Amino acid sequence: MSEKAQTFQESLSVLAQDLQNLAQQTADIAERTAAAAPHSEPFLITGLTVFVLACFVGYHVVWRVTPALHSPLMGITNAISSVIIVGAVLATGTHSVSALSSVMGFLAVIFASVNIFGGFIITQRMLHMFKKKER
Amino acid sequence: MTIFSSLIYLIAAVLFILALRGLSHPESARKGLTFGMVGMALAVVTTLFSPQIADWLWIIVGIGIGGSIGAYIARNIEMTALPQLMAAFHSLVGLAAVCVAGAAFYNPEAYHIGIPGDIKLISLIEMSLGMAIGAVTFTGSIIAWGKLQGVISGKPISFTGQHKLNALLGCAMLLMVILLCATGSAFWFWAIAAIALALGILMIIPIGGADMPVIVSMLNSYSGWAAAGIGFTLHNNLLIITGAIVGASGAILSYIMCKGMNRSFFNVVLGGFGGDNNATAGTHDMGDRSAKIGAAEDAAYIMKNASKVIIVPGYGMAVAQAQHALREMADILRAEGVEVKYAIHPVAGRMPGHMNVLLAEANVPYDEVFEMEDINRDFAQADVAYVIGANDITNPSAKTDTGSPIYGMPILDVEKAKTVLFVKRSLGSGYAGIDNPLFFEQNTMMLLGDAKKMTENIIKAMD
Repeated sequence: MSEKAQTFQESLSVLAQDLQNLAQQTADIAERTAAAAPHSEPFLITGLTVFVLACFVGYHVVWRVTPALHSPLMGITNAISSVIIVGAVLATGTHSVSALSSVMGFLAVIFASVNIFGGFIITQRMLHMFKKKER
Repeated sequence: MTIFSSLIYLIAAVLFILALRGLSHPESARKGLTFGMVGMALAVVTTLFSPQIADWLWIIVGIGIGGSIGAYIARNIEMTALPQLMAAFHSLVGLAAVCVAGAAFYNPEAYHIGIPGDIKLISLIEMSLGMAIGAVTFTGSIIAWGKLQGVISGKPISFTGQHKLNALLGCAMLLMVILLCATGSAFWFWAIAAIALALGILMIIPIGGADMPVIVSMLNSYSGWAAAGIGFTLHNNLLIITGAIVGASGAILSYIMCKGMNRSFFNVVLGGFGGDNNATAGTHDMGDRSAKIGAAEDAAYIMKNASKVIIVPGYGMAVAQAQHALREMADILRAEGVEVKYAIHPVAGRMPGHMNVLLAEANVPYDEVFEMEDINRDFAQADVAYVIGANDITNPSAKTDTGSPIYGMPILDVEKAKTVLFVKRSLGSGYAGIDNPLFFEQNTMMLLGDAKKMTENIIKAMD
């Protein structure tokens, strides 16, 4: 009787072991799919869709800009293209194994900030000068 | 959190679009600018609160340093130096793109695109694309800045085999992108950067100073494409949207500028225009004719007795800083009951909209300033066309002489005015090296001298 119980116990523990392995494998697979799915090729397609549509938006919006304000247009586009600072901030603020990466991120933050502040302020200066006839 | 931040990024993108939308009129433009600033603030703050960000210190330090430099420059720069300032700013966008691509290459985990040495293939391609465009923008803008600032000669610098060399470098770069993808080695990454930097220099040096409106717009466009390329690498839709819009904007401006010169974009980019090759063109039948030279007193008398005066400014007005004197002169004329308007050619000056900004700086109301197609008909009824610092954009041979290098370029019809007063330093030709037959017309009076001094002398003579 006690012998049978021991065999049963052994087979149970083997089963438990198997189950644990299986769970581990499932978790591994789930993790891998999760890591791969949102960032592989599908983003390229999403990104391209967004890119092409944004080109059309840009085309239509910019044609409506009055030629008199083409210089301020350049100032604003210069400032907003420095939204690249988003990438620079991520590189600077993340704990990184690569010091080079952090340094480059930091430099990019500086360059982009020069543009953001410079671009917006120079545009503001320009726009403040455009006045209507007083009389 | 990521869904939340994606939504905020979307709002920022919409605000950027509204910012450009506002520029359709000077009144709405200021509100638009506020939208742009709010959008940028939202984007930066949202990123600061991303879960991967561990330390704010260096970010804040970087923004502080860059922000104060940018604010200082933008507050203190002269408006006449605007074109070179824009070129300098574009170079920084390019440089930032190179740095972000480099940061992503050495620390891909921060953007979830792999681990160092094993970055996803597609990310490597996107990364090298964004970096290459950024590097071309960087060096290209520095050369453009040098030409506009006068540090580098504004003359086109060309040598034989230039285009072949550029094509060769382009092919080499393509090869290196393949090698980078195959090996993932940092060496090829930096080799691509080096070639792109060289390409940026080689592309801009053959282009003459007066073609800079096209080039500044083109570099504006490139800075956008670079941002979009980085957006693909970082899987960030805000960067892609903004990059695409900026890219489109610059491309449209380049197109408008090219149309204003009746030249194809490739003609401009391939360069060499305005060099010595063209200097002799169109000089054949001008030799024996003489121009009528006038004095400030004559000009003052003619304008005071006119009922309608149209002022045509050009780059020479910017160089001489004559815009304030010009406004003063217009005020006196208006007090005498003379109607004064300003006519702006699309390519007058060194960047799109350059003349409009300078006139606005001198307090000229924007509703007195007209674009070419809106005012060209008025010249026939005008008593005086006062051309100050402009030349090629008034040259009638663009309409009549099929052999002229500028044939087909749209011009302001100043020759239709009863009297043309032409303020110019000498009887020499414009940048395109073409004689202007207008100088020798019966109804033209040349006022030789510095644009600002001449205008001031006319003001004195009016009292």
